[in-house]
Amino acid sequence: MSAHHPHAIGGLPPEELPQLYLNGVSRAFEGFKAINNLSLVIEPGELRAVIGPNGAGKTTMMDIITGKTRPDTGEVLWQQTVDLTKLDEADTARLGIGRKFQKPTVFESHTVADNLALAIKADRSPWATLFHRADVAEAARIDELLGIIRLGDKRHRMAGDLSHGQKQWLEIGMLLAQDPQLLLVDEPAAGMTDAETMLTADLLKSIAGERSVIVVEHDMEFVRALGCKVTVLHQGSVLAEGNLEMVSAMPEVIEVYLGR
Amino acid sequence: MPRQGLIDRRLAIFLLGLFILTVAVPVGNLAMAGKPVPTYLVALIGKYLCYALLAVALDLVWGYCGILSLGHGAFFALGGYAMGMYLMREIGARGVYANPLLPDFMVFIGWKHLPWYWWGFDHFWLAAIMVLLAPGILAFTFGWFAFRSRVTGVYLSIITQAMTYALMLAFFRNEMGFGGNNGLTDFKDILGFDLASDGTKVGLTMLSAVALAGGLLLSRWITTSRLGKVLVCVRDAESRTRFLGYRVEHYKLFIFTVSAMMAGVAGALYVPQVGIINPSEFSPANSIEIVIWVALGGRGTLVGAALGAIIVAAAKTYLTGALPEAWLYALGALFILVTIALPTGVLGAVETGIGRLRRRPAAKEAEA
Repeated sequence: MSAHHPHAIGGLPPEELPQLYLNGVSRAFEGFKAINNLSLVIEPGELRAVIGPNGAGKTTMMDIITGKTRPDTGEVLWQQTVDLTKLDEADTARLGIGRKFQKPTVFESHTVADNLALAIKADRSPWATLFHRADVAEAARIDELLGIIRLGDKRHRMAGDLSHGQKQWLEIGMLLAQDPQLLLVDEPAAGMTDAETMLTADLLKSIAGERSVIVVEHDMEFVRALGCKVTVLHQGSVLAEGNLEMVSAMPEVIEVYLGR
Repeated sequence: MPRQGLIDRRLAIFLLGLFILTVAVPVGNLAMAGKPVPTYLVALIGKYLCYALLAVALDLVWGYCGILSLGHGAFFALGGYAMGMYLMREIGARGVYANPLLPDFMVFIGWKHLPWYWWGFDHFWLAAIMVLLAPGILAFTFGWFAFRSRVTGVYLSIITQAMTYALMLAFFRNEMGFGGNNGLTDFKDILGFDLASDGTKVGLTMLSAVALAGGLLLSRWITTSRLGKVLVCVRDAESRTRFLGYRVEHYKLFIFTVSAMMAGVAGALYVPQVGIINPSEFSPANSIEIVIWVALGGRGTLVGAALGAIIVAAAKTYLTGALPEAWLYALGALFILVTIALPTGVLGAVETGIGRLRRRPAAKEAEA
């Protein structure tokens, strides 16, 4: 099954349906085509790296998937059933799409534990949060998440006091707390030390399998460490797709990255 | 996520002060010979307490949710008008024109019938409901459109300012049926109690103190709940909050409406104590002054907002008496001073100071 044969999808059993399906998606901003006839299929549990030069449309692609930006044309389907172009950020988050921003964004005036508690999947209505009471299950889940992101000793620290790398990890922890089926991760290794970068790659690899993960990244070492299928975006559409060795050997990819 | 205690030290001290005040005012004014608490002071304290409640209401939206409303005076004024309408109907036939059916100003502009929106305001309970509903419905409607369209920051502040200005112009018109330029005044009594008597004045002041305590407790309960934490998330990282699945506009709408109703209660208590409500309460300058109270006292602290209101209002009372033309300059200077020198407000500065004093003896003991 590939992005070029979307019609083959129809007859598959539900568990084989793609997690995310973009077909012929375009979006222009004042004449500039940020996304141009983009098609992409992400399988359940798949780890995918998306690379591309600045302005290739990576952020706009994520904005479209999460309902922040509406495409001008094209289909964006969740498990082949839900039309994501009709939803907004809160809807897509509740559906199971988690998004990590490029600049680490955590709630600086809340503690690390509170940041996670606020992200844990639960009823998000004002009424429910007004009368919410913390329980044992929630505390256990926070402990578990703190272990995964290695911030157990920072539990009661204000998130604003964390280092850049720790904030990146906290944000990934908040994503996991949401229990999403698809994670969109924008440059998770930015500003990290080499050791942190490798730990982050391991973390993302361990998350994939259970959940689908799309990683947008500039750092080729990091992409290599992920060891997954790579999609190269250029001028808003897919230039190449395959493993890193294959795409990095393609003349058109080399030209986009190194040429001109 | 352990919930913070409802009453922290800050709030406990303030509530204790408020309690002492509610005991001292009646005792000093009514029970002691020579009136150590003169009646003019009782009325002044009552007024300050209403301002303090209004400041707490603004702090709830600005300090905790980042919504800088420059139109909160409108909600205060609407609550005041709802109460004023009841007080007008209470006058009955005791007005200048002795008309048992119409308030004086309606007789004066030649109206023959009571307009429908005045119906029922001779009942206190209806007025009391309208004190909450009128500002609540305005805030809900305004917020519904503004927050859904994701109007934020300076743009939101400007349209809240425009809202109160538009209401001021509307209420100035005689055809609106709210007394136009002069507003509503010449009140006689409230629930049968003579508004001119010392007893009623003391009662209203005590009621204002109770309302302020109630407003503080309610605000504290909201801000220490998980909803309160989500509000802070919206303030600090709105987009992150959305991507976690929180419908930010619903949270803003909730807190904006609660805050407007609280401001309405403050206005309703204010009007019988000052004896008048007119369109100048809607003036943009009034709403900006509320922001100064909160900034001066300490944004996002609730108690600080209440203190800020009392400090500025007391300074205003003194200065407008002593040096009337200097007041606006003093207010401006105060605001600049606080912004530059006390970024966490008076409360923040006092608490830091106390913290330092505490640590110093401890450090000395450690040395010895």
